[in-house]
Amino acid sequence: MASTTTTAVAPVGISGQTLARTPVKVAAADRASRSGIWVGLFAITMSFMAFTSALFVREGSLDWGHLVLPSILYLNTFVLLASSGTFELARRHMAAAAQGRIQSSELGKIWMLATLVLGFGFCAGQYTAWQSLRAHGVYLATNPNSSFFYVLTFIHVLHVLGGIAAFGYLLLKTVLRGASVWRSFLENTAIYWHFMGVLWVYLLLLCRMKLQ
Amino acid sequence: MSESSAQQAHVHAPSTGFWRKYVFSLDHKVIGKQYYALALAAVFTGMILSWLMRIHLVWPEAKIPGLELLSKAGAPGGVMTPEYYLSLLTMHGTLMVFFVLTNAPFAAFGNYFLPIQIGAEDMAFPRFNMMSFWITFLAWVVLMLAFVIPDGPPIAGWTEYTPLSAIGKDAGPGMQWGASLWGLSIAIFCAASLLGSLNFIATTLDLRAKGMTLMRMPLCTWAWFITSCIALLAFAVLLPACILLILDRHAGTSFFIPAGIVASDRVQPHSGGSPLLWQHLFWFFGHPEVYIAILPSMGIVSHILINSMRKPLLSARVVIYSMMSIGFLSYMVWGHHMFLSGMNPMSALAFSFPTLTITIPATVLTLIWLGSLYGANIQVNSASLFALGFISMFVSGGVSGFFLAQPSIDIYLHATYFVVGHFHMVMGVASLFGVFAGTYFWFPKMTGRFMNEGLGKLHFWITFIGAYCIFMPFHYLGLIGNVRRYQSFVNDFMAPYIPLHKFITIAALITGGAPFISLINVVQSRFRGKWAPEHPWNATSLEWSIPSPPPWNNFGDRHPVVYHDPYQYGIKAAKGDFVMQDSPEQVPAVGD
Repeated sequence: MASTTTTAVAPVGISGQTLARTPVKVAAADRASRSGIWVGLFAITMSFMAFTSALFVREGSLDWGHLVLPSILYLNTFVLLASSGTFELARRHMAAAAQGRIQSSELGKIWMLATLVLGFGFCAGQYTAWQSLRAHGVYLATNPNSSFFYVLTFIHVLHVLGGIAAFGYLLLKTVLRGASVWRSFLENTAIYWHFMGVLWVYLLLLCRMKLQ
Repeated sequence: MSESSAQQAHVHAPSTGFWRKYVFSLDHKVIGKQYYALALAAVFTGMILSWLMRIHLVWPEAKIPGLELLSKAGAPGGVMTPEYYLSLLTMHGTLMVFFVLTNAPFAAFGNYFLPIQIGAEDMAFPRFNMMSFWITFLAWVVLMLAFVIPDGPPIAGWTEYTPLSAIGKDAGPGMQWGASLWGLSIAIFCAASLLGSLNFIATTLDLRAKGMTLMRMPLCTWAWFITSCIALLAFAVLLPACILLILDRHAGTSFFIPAGIVASDRVQPHSGGSPLLWQHLFWFFGHPEVYIAILPSMGIVSHILINSMRKPLLSARVVIYSMMSIGFLSYMVWGHHMFLSGMNPMSALAFSFPTLTITIPATVLTLIWLGSLYGANIQVNSASLFALGFISMFVSGGVSGFFLAQPSIDIYLHATYFVVGHFHMVMGVASLFGVFAGTYFWFPKMTGRFMNEGLGKLHFWITFIGAYCIFMPFHYLGLIGNVRRYQSFVNDFMAPYIPLHKFITIAALITGGAPFISLINVVQSRFRGKWAPEHPWNATSLEWSIPSPPPWNNFGDRHPVVYHDPYQYGIKAAKGDFVMQDSPEQVPAVGD
């Protein structure tokens, strides 16, 4: 695969037309993508703050109980944080390959694949945690603690799956179609993925402190 | 290199196929018009619902032709049941707040003009932009389905207060599936609004033309930008609230439902939930929503007034800072909607203080508009009339906000028509005046033709006088204790005031006809209107530097460069008394 450059005047079109893109416009589009990801993360943070506020309000009720967190959550945490590490390695390799500092980005692809596997591993682990609770008769509506646990973890997994989708798209492009990586997309996905790790650590601490 | 970041840039080619050009278009201008069309559908539906409610209020036994077709159970023999009145009330509020006041001034005009006014080719993420419209459309379809399901629309009001909105069919007609459709619709709407806001913010921050500094952006662009920041926070909170509401309704959870609730003679199988939690989450969105509706109109009106006065505002910079202050403070005042909830008086005071504080930037804005108008030789046309009407409505409706901000007064007035009059004027009618002003002002840009001025002025005067005839008496009715949300007053102490209610109903029927004049004007002018010249208003901002209607890529191959602030009026220049933003012509500094 040839190295990537970001300053080319490249053709782009959806209906067969060819449009000239200037480097200035490309840089602006990249900046907008970066702004977009941060704004998106801000919105996600606000949503989880709303859930957290709801939890704090609901905590004061008489039926607030205790929930024994499935121990697999800690393994899941390790898996998700490890995936952040592999993603970072992938990102650096791909970036270095794109800038021509290393010959091949094959290792980057392997790290990307590892990240994908770990991402799915985390989701499977969360599913196992839900199954474990269900096996003990703890369902969504059993008590407010379980309600919040299921809601927080499920919505987090949905967001992780969103990251996996973006990641799968990248992988599809680079591995199967042989395209060089789109740097800004890769970097924005990396930011999102790392944020998912940080968010999960926050949620785990919240669950430990408030639901257990 | 087979692919680079350049290829992934946001731009797109002109579309030729029908579906891509008119339906699933990536063009921000088409998407803006789609939002406008959706808002039109919603506003006419919402207005007809208000007609039905007003007729029922004063002639409760009246048989309304065709109403039985809408709902046999809700209007047997064409006579509205009390419950169906509440259903229509809910749908009216939801349609107007979400699908009209959020869509028209913000999403519709913002989509169409924000990219052009900052010199961009399109929004930052055209596909997200298209998705956000179609997701909004889906939300509208889901909501409207409530009219056709056997259950009917929900009866809980546009605020869907818990616990009754959360317990299902035992809460009354429309509360089984109708309320679920409401929750689902609003959750979908939130997702769409988040996508849209993200797009607006990224576009404004990163796609501005060379020379277009933040302070050189037109005031309406500033208003859309600030609104998108507010919307991002507000809808990010309402979405989780809707998810929890849906779970309470269908998954047996108890986030909002306390123990011991008895409805339809059944003890509800829930425990420990907090109805106030819903109110907190809802109003954390709900009060900023007021500014999501009104701020874009403030920006549009400022933009149009400056053009009509042919001179800058006293200080555009202070207008920007005032709008920012309003946006910031809007997040600190949600509790003033809950003074009646039994909150600690100290909490009420804590919410009352910022509520009163928010009147400071609002007053500053008003004084700047009025101070700038002083001595101005304003050009009177439909657009400037609606802009002036906006100020009038904003002040008249806003003044009653001073009273409602005081907990001791609000406790008396909160459940009365005083509040209905207040928010309809300051949030509803004022915001719509901004939309009308924008429509008359930008129609030549969007179509290349003028709208009919005679019909425009007729539309204005009917709407202006009518709005006062409807909503000012509401304040009076509220003061004498006329409780809102009731479907009939004939048999209680309100009977002496029925003639006033009849006057309001007749005023509503006449005033509601005015938008139809506007609709006829739009359609007629679109095809037969007088052709507009290149500079129909001798305006300065970038949208007037391109052909009308704008080409698909706005500026063609040209990269606009901005040299001036957006309001260089009242000066001696080559083209007249104005200099366009992208003109390199040297001008003396004007305004700030």
